[in-house]
Amino acid sequence: MTFPKVRVPYLLLFPGFAFLFTFFILPIVNLAQTSTQTPVKGGDTGQYEQKFAFGNYITAFTENREQFARSFIFASFATVLALAIAYPLAYAIAFKAGKFKNILLVLVVAPFFTSFLLRTIAWKQILGEEGFVVPGLRSLHIIGQQTTLTSTSIAVVAGMTYNFLPFMTLPLYASLERIDPRTIEAAGDLYANGITAFRRVTVPLSMPGVVAGTLLTFIPAAGDYVNAAILGSPNTKMIGNVIESRYFKIVDYPTAAALSFTLMAAILILVTLYIRKTGTEELV
Amino acid sequence: MANERSLSPEARSILGTQISRRAVLAGAGGLGAAGFLAACGGGSSSAGGDSKTVRWGNWPLYLDFDAKTKKYPTLEKFMTQTGLTAKYFEDYNDNDEFFGKVQAQLKLGEDIGYDVVTPTDWMAARWLRLGYTQKFDAANVPNKVNILDSLASPSYDPNRESSLTWQGIMAGFGWNVEKNPKGVHTLDELFAPQNKGKIVVLTEMRDTIGVILLAQGIDITKVTEDQFMNAVDFMAKKISDGWIRGVKGNEYAQDLTSGDATAVIGWSGDMFILSSENEGKFDFAIPESGGTISGDNLMIPSTASADGKKNAETLINYYYDPAVAAEVAAYVNYVCPVKGAQAAMEKIAPELVNSEYIFPTTKTSSRLHIFRSLTPDEETKWSEAFQKAQGN
Repeated sequence: MTFPKVRVPYLLLFPGFAFLFTFFILPIVNLAQTSTQTPVKGGDTGQYEQKFAFGNYITAFTENREQFARSFIFASFATVLALAIAYPLAYAIAFKAGKFKNILLVLVVAPFFTSFLLRTIAWKQILGEEGFVVPGLRSLHIIGQQTTLTSTSIAVVAGMTYNFLPFMTLPLYASLERIDPRTIEAAGDLYANGITAFRRVTVPLSMPGVVAGTLLTFIPAAGDYVNAAILGSPNTKMIGNVIESRYFKIVDYPTAAALSFTLMAAILILVTLYIRKTGTEELV
Repeated sequence: MANERSLSPEARSILGTQISRRAVLAGAGGLGAAGFLAACGGGSSSAGGDSKTVRWGNWPLYLDFDAKTKKYPTLEKFMTQTGLTAKYFEDYNDNDEFFGKVQAQLKLGEDIGYDVVTPTDWMAARWLRLGYTQKFDAANVPNKVNILDSLASPSYDPNRESSLTWQGIMAGFGWNVEKNPKGVHTLDELFAPQNKGKIVVLTEMRDTIGVILLAQGIDITKVTEDQFMNAVDFMAKKISDGWIRGVKGNEYAQDLTSGDATAVIGWSGDMFILSSENEGKFDFAIPESGGTISGDNLMIPSTASADGKKNAETLINYYYDPAVAAEVAAYVNYVCPVKGAQAAMEKIAPELVNSEYIFPTTKTSSRLHIFRSLTPDEETKWSEAFQKAQGN
């Protein structure tokens, strides 16, 4: 049996489209509906009816501005830190590791063998009062006797940086590794010193990796709530924590849905601006 | 081991037993794994509720368990005695989550797969309000009279017609003995300078705010919205001023062991297990101004069949037998709701007979209070305020 050629692409697209429709479009539509509901008068906890209350969005946003701002600030810090750590790492693996290349790559991915949650809890122990970090820093008088590391913004940002580091490293490595070494040699032949060659040749050629890595880090970091829940305090809550508590503790589905949409929209706008600025043509 | 002598009887009993609730928690990779296994095992079989079966959904690790045989001794005895098959599911992990899972079926009157469920007081109140439960046939539950007086008439079910307490949970102060050599018995002692920034309170609103309200001299069985909001503001102030480090569920135990917390508002059973594992480093007390007591309740969903209901009643009645209740209490270390279990404990774990925390005396019971039930509006509004105070 043969298919007319025109239909083949559609048939190939079908499984993906069906998946997206069932697990993305439908839930999104449902979420959109929920976001404009209001509580049933005299109803019980968790009973809502559709009233197209778009005011939900304004209330949800204005009441949680602080957590929104914090999410984007923390995610930005974590992204910049991850880039600062991952770039030299990916560079070393791509150009200097020689026969250890594969082992190093496995080590970058190795943390994924254990659960995200367990690793974050492990950090809580490491940074805790009876871990080795705090007593060490105290005896060196780097931090005061009363200063603690867990339950601070620093711990949350550090946790996010750590957890998303592989997402930054792998795309960077992929684009660095693809650079033809002869282009760097050519830069040398044209009298560029090491720094200039790096700045004018390596960095521009690795930009697709930088853009992909920052997106893969920033987007999940902005919506993350695990790090703030485990390593933070009530004063470092992010928007993910608010959404979680609205859903499961207060049973306020409309506000949780409105917050989710606002977060998605905010991320979409930021990402669009970012890609516009860096240019997409070079990405592929 | 030298320290063992200074341990409370509860702690010593835990050290002595082969396996404690927390040992299972720590050893099996936690609640998740056990719950997951239980859920897997139950998935297919939970659908069929025949005339000889009773299906019970309970919180994880909340029933005596023999690690060697991988069976629940009291439940095994129940099956031998009655000829019924009990299917036990440890998949009641969270009140709201469980409610969300079964609510649609309850509304439609379709079988939810359980003949007995175990919601906490406030959630039990919601089930009752919505008509999602069935009244017990008194003739099938004669042991009902064994319920402790202090638990016999909660506001949501004044005559205990549809619910009976499974275990009672005391909330009060827990502390690190080295940092608080004199103990923590009042709110002022909790917020003492040595604990600044190292205090953790419970996410369970009725326990944390309940303890604060009691310290402010307010009767939590009649608390008003103003009084409640006032106590929430008190907590919010303590958070923003850096006194309270976190508002947490069971994880407060980790903070105590890691030294990140030195004083907490916590649960009795947890504190004794923690103390036993750390050579008596921690202690627990009911605050001078009183502590809260809440319960998880055995209830029959409205969707249980007539046979399922009858079998459920047989099961509930069985666990209200003092000897059986004592066996469970010796394992879980929470407040035993059954009269006569104390005498029965003599044979099972004599060192626990005089434990104030499993068998509170009348004097102790009078210091424990039940948070009043809330209307749906209050529930939403109050928990919203409580969440906001935690930065959510």
